[in-house]
Amino acid sequence: MRKWLRPALMASLGLALTVIPAGGQSRTYRAPRSADGKPNFNGIWQALNEAYWDIEAHAAAPGPVLELGASHATAGGLSIIDGLTIPYKPEALQKKQQNYANRLKLDPEIRCYLPGVPRANYMPYPFQVVQGPKYIMMIHTYAGAVRTIYMDDHKEAPADSWMGWSNGHWEGETLVVDTTGFNDQTWFDRAGNFHSDALHVVERYTATSPDHLLYEATIEDPNVFTRPWKISMLLYRRLEKNAQIMEFRCVEFVEELIYGRLRKQPGK
Amino acid sequence: MAHRFPVLVRGLVVPAALLWLATVPAAGQARSAGARPGGSAAKAYTPPRTPDGQPDLQGIWSNTTITPLERPKGVTGEFFTPEEAIEAAKRAAAEEAEQTEPGTIADVHYDFTQFGLDRSQSAMALSLRTSLIVDPTDGKLPPLSEEGRRRAAERAAERKRRGGPHDAVQNEPLGARCILMDRNGPPMIGGAYNNDYQIMQAPGYVMILTEMLHDVRIIPLDGRPHLPPNVRQWTGSYRGRWEGQTLVVETTNLTDKFAFQGASENMRLTERFTRTDEDTIRYQFTVDDPSTWTRPWSAEVLWKKTTGPIFEHACHEGNYGLYNTLSGARAEEKRNAEEAAKKGSLK
Repeated sequence: MRKWLRPALMASLGLALTVIPAGGQSRTYRAPRSADGKPNFNGIWQALNEAYWDIEAHAAAPGPVLELGASHATAGGLSIIDGLTIPYKPEALQKKQQNYANRLKLDPEIRCYLPGVPRANYMPYPFQVVQGPKYIMMIHTYAGAVRTIYMDDHKEAPADSWMGWSNGHWEGETLVVDTTGFNDQTWFDRAGNFHSDALHVVERYTATSPDHLLYEATIEDPNVFTRPWKISMLLYRRLEKNAQIMEFRCVEFVEELIYGRLRKQPGK
Repeated sequence: MAHRFPVLVRGLVVPAALLWLATVPAAGQARSAGARPGGSAAKAYTPPRTPDGQPDLQGIWSNTTITPLERPKGVTGEFFTPEEAIEAAKRAAAEEAEQTEPGTIADVHYDFTQFGLDRSQSAMALSLRTSLIVDPTDGKLPPLSEEGRRRAAERAAERKRRGGPHDAVQNEPLGARCILMDRNGPPMIGGAYNNDYQIMQAPGYVMILTEMLHDVRIIPLDGRPHLPPNVRQWTGSYRGRWEGQTLVVETTNLTDKFAFQGASENMRLTERFTRTDEDTIRYQFTVDDPSTWTRPWSAEVLWKKTTGPIFEHACHEGNYGLYNTLSGARAEEKRNAEEAAKKGSLK
């Protein structure tokens, strides 16, 4: 229903309607404009939730590495999913459970691999939006992951990739990003929630105040899910003076983990 | 040596190199930044402005060059004549075509020329310079300072102590490890292939994306202080400002791990980006590191506008080369040990 209702309402009101009230804030907000008259999303943004552990509702739990104790224990969190749970096909649910059981070996984050979409947006680090009329760049702290959103030159993905191929357009106050061309290597979180290379993500970014973006994403993958499903959360502007994206060149941190067993043994 | 390479490949590459050089004398581009000075200075080009008033550097650029950092032995002039430059380009193209040897193990590595990755098929700005280094004027790195010599010796000893180049992943070159490449810098210098960059500007920032390693520098222009001295990053702390038409970027807080041309972590880098015409950015940099060199030195590279798109370079994720190098080295050791044992048992 929302599919036809929202454009109709936006057209009649000339305003974006957001679904989730941001901490009781107004449901209609007109963002400051960039030079080309579009809502200006330039800035440094970060999710503030526990979805990076598990996008479904979950209780606190011990971490998989004994030595890290409470410091890497899972923090409890609520679901970011409309309808609370992911509509897995039965065999896919089994694979998710195996992923979780073997997450220390399988989670691409542990190996400093590119995070994919939407996971990049709710990792516990900030990302920066650099916005122009032709391209909108999203530059993430984690692994220096980059997305280019093509605003005027929409193409089919030329090949599969980790961050996908993103075509964007504006619908009033909302930046809509349609991303395909994913590989099947990324996860949604540290709990083993996964997808195939048929993943199709449609994201909607809508300002709800000068310092908040409502972030919604519809996730579709007929190989893994019985139907499309939707997540939503708020992204918060990093307001600290001189906030910046710091270098997080994590390859160096995982080399011994990945290649250590190929080290020359003494005496050989 | 040349005869063993297919005529087809050579025929493909050399004309491509000639294509861009052929425009040298005719198009009057000798006035461009890297070309021989003298005559009337180029009419000062005024780049368009971004909506917030910055000179506009935006676009997709290539800093591909065949000019070496240091002037080669036997070359004395600061500039080539166009004829000499054409010869140099032919030689460079031929050398790139010769990197594989059909039917041998050297052929296992893919041939850059077949995929259009070699430099002669890339966008390349015209430069008649015989070295990227413009200061000192002899085109060579200045002499090492006493501290610089001592550190070079210490680093060599440390490398030796850590064993052979394939003994451990940490002994492999940074580029092979997908940590940092010369295109990323700082300073940003083109390599053998894929020297593509995308520049975007937003109020208060210039963003430079290097395609290789999907590496981004988001350069703030608001005059904020550098990171505190104890915070060191591979690409340092970089802050920009506009001086007329020129973007000036100062970089500090480097580590001694990248060690650009043997520099220390005290290296201070000043980069200058000036758009000299619609299709060219003059990229100049000055390296100031008294703990390595007896004096600062400067170089200049031209960036040429090229076409996109920039694609995802998931280097680490697909790094089979590194895995194969290390596992191959271990397999070779095992085989050598087995052969040695066999010989021992025969004695």
